Amino acid sequence: MSILVKNGRVVDPSAKIDAILDILIKEDKIVRLGEKIAAASDIVIDAAGKIVIPGIVDMHVHLREPGREDKETVASATAAAAKGGVTTVLAMPNTIPAMDSVENLELLKKAIQKDARINVQLCGTITKGRLGLELSDVAALKKAGACAISDDGSSVDNAELMLEALKRAGVSGVLTICHCEDKVLSGKGVVNLGFTSTRLGLRGISNASEYERVRRDIELAARAGSPVHIAHVSCRESVEIIAQAKRSGIKVTSETAPHYFSLIENEVLGYDTNMKMNPPLRSREDLLAIRRGLQDGTIDVIASDHAPHTENEKDIEFERAEFGVVGLETELAAAVTELIGEKVLDWPELVRKICLNPARILGIERGGLAVGDYADLAVISEKDSWTAAKESLISKSKNSAFLGRSLKGLVDYTVCGGKIIYQR
Amino acid sequence: MKEKVKILDQEGVSRAITRIAHEIIEKNKGSAGLCLIGIRNRGVYIARRIAACIKQIEKTDVLTGALDITLYRDDLTLATGQPLVRKTEIDFNINDKALVLVDDVLYTGRTIRAALDALTDFGRPKSIQLAVLVDRGHRELPIRADFVGKNIPTSRKESVEVRLKESDGEDEILIVEKE
Amino acid sequence: MLWTRKDLLGLEYLSAEEIGLILDTAESFKEVSSREIKKVPALRGKTAVNLFYEPSTRTRISFEVAAKRLSADVINIAAEASSVRKGETLIDTGKNIQALKADIIVVRHNCSGAANMLARSLDVSVVNAGDGWHEHPTQALLDIFTLKEKLGKIKGLNVAIVGDIAHSRVARSNVWGLTKLGAKVTLCAPEMLLPPGIEMTGAGTSSDLEEVLKNADAVNVLRMQFERDENTAFPEQLDYFKKFGITEERLARAKDNIVVMHPGPINRGIEMSSGVADGKNSVILEQVTNGIAVRMAVLFLVSQARDASRSSDA
Repeated sequence: MSILVKNGRVVDPSAKIDAILDILIKEDKIVRLGEKIAAASDIVIDAAGKIVIPGIVDMHVHLREPGREDKETVASATAAAAKGGVTTVLAMPNTIPAMDSVENLELLKKAIQKDARINVQLCGTITKGRLGLELSDVAALKKAGACAISDDGSSVDNAELMLEALKRAGVSGVLTICHCEDKVLSGKGVVNLGFTSTRLGLRGISNASEYERVRRDIELAARAGSPVHIAHVSCRESVEIIAQAKRSGIKVTSETAPHYFSLIENEVLGYDTNMKMNPPLRSREDLLAIRRGLQDGTIDVIASDHAPHTENEKDIEFERAEFGVVGLETELAAAVTELIGEKVLDWPELVRKICLNPARILGIERGGLAVGDYADLAVISEKDSWTAAKESLISKSKNSAFLGRSLKGLVDYTVCGGKIIYQR
Repeated sequence: MKEKVKILDQEGVSRAITRIAHEIIEKNKGSAGLCLIGIRNRGVYIARRIAACIKQIEKTDVLTGALDITLYRDDLTLATGQPLVRKTEIDFNINDKALVLVDDVLYTGRTIRAALDALTDFGRPKSIQLAVLVDRGHRELPIRADFVGKNIPTSRKESVEVRLKESDGEDEILIVEKE
Repeated sequence: MLWTRKDLLGLEYLSAEEIGLILDTAESFKEVSSREIKKVPALRGKTAVNLFYEPSTRTRISFEVAAKRLSADVINIAAEASSVRKGETLIDTGKNIQALKADIIVVRHNCSGAANMLARSLDVSVVNAGDGWHEHPTQALLDIFTLKEKLGKIKGLNVAIVGDIAHSRVARSNVWGLTKLGAKVTLCAPEMLLPPGIEMTGAGTSSDLEEVLKNADAVNVLRMQFERDENTAFPEQLDYFKKFGITEERLARAKDNIVVMHPGPINRGIEMSSGVADGKNSVILEQVTNGIAVRMAVLFLVSQARDASRSSDA
């Protein structure tokens, strides 16, 4: 099986490539890269006028399987991912049961083997049951295939325990990903604290509830000497703290999600529960700080924080609705529209944030288009605009913050492991 | 362009109102037990003028009130432009009075029907009579006026514009051709 | 000025002209309640449903009286008595009421935004009778109506709102309505009971009641509910009364004709002394009377607008 991708603008900052080139794929690898490759192939993809990037590595995805197959499954999430140009995801461990043991990881691995259309990387929990009381066996989780641990959805409140977790993860060579939220501060909050929460009559979530915990987790990581990755950064103070830590040589990386560089708190004023996520949409200043952080490298990664919820959980009173939005199918378009379109990032920089950096941070061999790399790529029409609509989403859940919004950038082909897994 | 024809000028309006006042006194054998209720807006001004005439003639004050019939209209739900609800001011008891309802133009009769409904909610007058400045015909209900300032035969394509000093700066009655 | 909204969700969403129209219309409706036969047929054949998820006697009764004086049929649903307990969602409940061919839903709910959500999902008119801490538009409208009746105008008045501003929908609606109409509003409360960013509405804030009362043409005293939010710090009850209670002594140093309002029910001796509640400056009972006129106006206007949009759709 061979595929020839012709005449696309190939963008791969890891190999310092940004040129009109052909890519020849044989089996699951890229075998040639060059101008006007004349080799015969089973399939030819005409990528003239299009952009060819490594398949997106989304390191923050809730597959919901096992346990909440009504929201999403491995099959539906990976199909949605393929449509969004995503070829690798890191599966967040807050499933039912949580990924806190080898036995539970095996459950997920079975589902992946059976249904996954893309690469799924495994993430274990930091603590058993994500309760923040007792550490999971990170060495065993690693052996079973986990490349990271996280209690995503919660932070480990006990600093001693968190320090120990970071130490052990460091020893095992596993990345620790932190959901930074001090629940004492965020309480029952549901929107950004400030005039927005006052206008809506809803409880607010302060920036401090995030950045105080960012500060703590970075400090603990520094003490442990282990790498730490800060998930879904939403506010300006967090960006500042991470930037400082990086300057002082601490091994910290960070990610933000498309909604934090695209949308601000005003979107919530109509009580649209698809604008309810944790952390919440923040102010304009926060959004600008996030964009600057992406520009100056403080924020390494863009990840969707794909969090499917059923209509029953979203089409209810705002304060009772679940936190979270789906994002696999819109993250690339959001980035093209808001970051490329507004000249925050250029294509090579964007590819770093969505392909190269997450692959490196997770320590997986993905995110590049050099000869010998896995044949994971996406062919993109940059200028094509479209409107996100419930009907057009193939994810099982439709809780997108971008519904009704005009976006630019459509995926024409997604190739994963040398196979076309999505075609527009 | 709308074609306008003046039917009555200031003097004509004044004479018509004076005549109505005389007829009311004559029919009711004086002004005892009489009250006037004008329908908002112009009916109220006409009622006050009639009351002033009666006072000149009879040297007595006649009770005068204002009635807003918006809440009693039967065409409320039709999209005929939103009616403004204005105040009804009847600060006397209408029971056993000889009540004269006053309006500017009598046309389909629906306004008067609504006014009669409204008055029912205020009490039981001894009698209700109707005075209008203009009767232009085209009734849709069995309603007639007891006192008419001027009968003006019209077509449905025309409309009658009553202009009064109190609301429009001058007294005149025009027939306007609708576009 | 035309009223074109099928719903009344909050005063934040209205223009000064729209608020003015409601107040003017309410003035006309006030006369109806002074008649011997206190009824007009304006909403004859319409059905108004009071859907109350929070216990409220006075607001519910006020809406009921208002609807009945307009000849509407009224159905009261208390959350306890409905299928709410069985897990029916708010929207499903709303759709069921709509399927009964009701015309207006008057909704009281403990969640902010509940009325907005119903209005978005339903074709019937939705009137917000209080949602969470968000808005209680008819209460503010009747407060403003009463104030205007007493002092002849709203523009330029100094109005103090005293109490738990942070958790008060009455305060929020009053702030929006009064500032839109040109009053100068000062919110007076202990720091911990002032919500963040509230000054962006144009209202001022203060924790010095004596100072605020000196200049006030009117003071609206909120009901204190010390039990409401277990997660929030609250001042100690007696301490609160000492610093923020409206007493005769404090009132004596205010303008002689200061108007004292309270949305009720009053906690005598907590936010206000009995002497003040029953005193010459108090308009608390007039507020109740005016509430009916204001709610009649609101029910009438939203119903008209809905009918108009429906007949133009057809």
